Amino acid sequence: MNTAPDTIEALANREYKYGFVTPIESDVIPRGLNEDIIRMISAKKNEPEFMLEWRLRAYRRWLTMEEPKWANLHYSPINYQDIIYYSAPKQKKPLGSLDEVDEELLRTFEKLGIPLEEQKRLAGVAVDAVFDSVSVATTFKEKLLELGIIFCSFSEAVQNHPDLVRKYLGTVVPYSDNYFAALNSAVFSDGSFCYVPKGVRCPMELSTYFRINAMDTGQFERTLIVAEEGSYVSYMEGCTAPIRDTNQLHAAVVELVALERAQIKYSTVQNWYAGDREGRGGIYNFVTKRGKCAGDNSRISWTQVETGSAITWKYPGVILQGNNSIGEFYSVAVTNNYQQADTGTKMIHIGKNTRSTIVSKGISAGHGNNTYRGLVKVLPKAMGARNYTQCDSLLLGDQCGAHTFPYMEVQNSSSSVEHEACTSKISDDQIFYCKQRGLSAENAVSMIVNGFCKEVFKNLPMEFAVEASKLLGISLEGSVG
Amino acid sequence: MLEIRNLCATADHKTILKGINLKVGIGEVHAIMGPNGSGKSTLAQVLAGHPSYAVTDGEVRYEGQDLLALAPEERAREGVFLAFQYPLEIAGVSNAYFLRTGLNEIRKHKGLEELDAMEFLGLLKEKMKLLEMEPSMKSRSVNEGFSGGEKKRNEILQMAIMDPKLAIMDETDSGLDIDAMKIVAKAVNKFRSPDNAVIVVTHYQRLLNYITPDFVHVLFDGRIVRSGGKELALELEEKGYDWIKEEAGTLREARV
Repeated sequence: MNTAPDTIEALANREYKYGFVTPIESDVIPRGLNEDIIRMISAKKNEPEFMLEWRLRAYRRWLTMEEPKWANLHYSPINYQDIIYYSAPKQKKPLGSLDEVDEELLRTFEKLGIPLEEQKRLAGVAVDAVFDSVSVATTFKEKLLELGIIFCSFSEAVQNHPDLVRKYLGTVVPYSDNYFAALNSAVFSDGSFCYVPKGVRCPMELSTYFRINAMDTGQFERTLIVAEEGSYVSYMEGCTAPIRDTNQLHAAVVELVALERAQIKYSTVQNWYAGDREGRGGIYNFVTKRGKCAGDNSRISWTQVETGSAITWKYPGVILQGNNSIGEFYSVAVTNNYQQADTGTKMIHIGKNTRSTIVSKGISAGHGNNTYRGLVKVLPKAMGARNYTQCDSLLLGDQCGAHTFPYMEVQNSSSSVEHEACTSKISDDQIFYCKQRGLSAENAVSMIVNGFCKEVFKNLPMEFAVEASKLLGISLEGSVG
Repeated sequence: MLEIRNLCATADHKTILKGINLKVGIGEVHAIMGPNGSGKSTLAQVLAGHPSYAVTDGEVRYEGQDLLALAPEERAREGVFLAFQYPLEIAGVSNAYFLRTGLNEIRKHKGLEELDAMEFLGLLKEKMKLLEMEPSMKSRSVNEGFSGGEKKRNEILQMAIMDPKLAIMDETDSGLDIDAMKIVAKAVNKFRSPDNAVIVVTHYQRLLNYITPDFVHVLFDGRIVRSGGKELALELEEKGYDWIKEEAGTLREARV
């Protein structure tokens, strides 16, 4: 009469409702990767010379690098010559406004719950919609521009704000950073760009919705957010892909720069297709995300809910350069069926009195394997630096795994680093207790899992918290108490 | 309301209940006493449907239904409430949310409208006052960081809110100081009505000074070996359980 596994199975086997394919004609380049392909991508995007050069330098560097093998992940080798590095839905003409976006694309995003027509949108959220390799629409652009905020696709930023791109691109994640960052730097096709000028508090949530549609393509997007002195911005990112039984590669780079007293909140709900019950198909998600607290008293927070992808390799970090700067990382990572996640963060303390907080919640079910990997590094000059890490794992069933690899390098004696970790299982007694109060087993599991994630969910913007909670098959806790 | 006939149950292949017979009528309070390991808690858990126990024989009728055929959550929705001896902790879930979710499941089952957050808050406040609980307890995680006494009081709070037909209190008095026991007893007495019934499982007579039972049963080695009125509890308090054990022992020998 052990009810917990049944319920967990039910949760695990819920249908992936974003698994459809949009029938749309695409502009696709030949399979494989070489310098000509990179030139072709750059030419398609009509990029200035400095971009092409940067891409080529990244590509040449990539050729000398090896795919990292240290992660606790097992997957068949990726054939980089078998991937299509650029695929864009064919547009009848260059986009002038939202009215000119292909109907089929609008319908796709509407189906995903992201209506792009502004009057239908939540008033508080501006969206950049990325479909395969290109951004198809950005809402509320003009309204934001009135405040001096630039929010557009990366391609547009390269065209219209080349100086800003040149000044900041690669300053937080250089192309030489790692294998996947180098690959992304060479072939990235689009993404979002955001610039918040001095002293401006961005009045709405900015968000990018990433959608992979075409088969055998990789998605390589790049996001850059710059928050000038004393500014504030909250940014959210969501992702889905069709159900396919082959694996697709997603290798993104996100760079955040926070200048003096600036604050950036970056939230992700990652729901790429995770593969089927037997572990066939799904997205390989190799992502490099990093923020730099460049100025004093600046603050960067990462909040992520990772429920999708067959493989997740992701360590959003913060370089705490400015004195008194703050870095935060809140994460829920769920692995079901045969999903594998190796995720965590890097907090690099450089400035004085810098502080970092890490709260990681790993949930493993089915045959899922969940690894937390985190680095807290305190450099000699980071006097008075403090870190607090809490790292909890919840196991549902007895076929899954949870692993923790915390690394700490502390190079001065005036700093303090704390690490707490715990692993728990949902016990039959807990479920029975909930049932005795009238809850169904499914509700009981949802409630317990939701409670386990609460510290992370409370850091998400409202719209996302609801979605994140739904994603886990959970009804969000009410407003009482 | 409740009729237990020859109930036998095992846990881990060990026989614990060896033929329980008990009738509980509506409006009655029954106390079940007995030494450690006699099967009192097992009886409580079996009635609530804990999955670790297997019923091997006998039957339980509750309000004309076969109680043992119902899933634990169905029993709860039908009005069977168990105040746990060791209440469980649920991290990150507020006491208020947990209670409201449970209550609304039960209301839904009864065909009543669900209570919204504000209506529920009113009810919760009233019942918390009755149990003299700190207002902060409603937003704290379920039983997390509660003292032993707070957990027990929280169980009775849940009982007061769920308003069951049959309340089973499994050693609610253990871990309570005398003041807390009086508060709990007051809440239980307030809950008692001609429309419900209470089974109080306890080691000691102490609680029964405050909650007066209509019947007292002594459980020993998986059987009810003696039943009587409230004075039986006093007799046990005075003489201990040894004479019961002896009597039961003689009985067993006679049977062999």
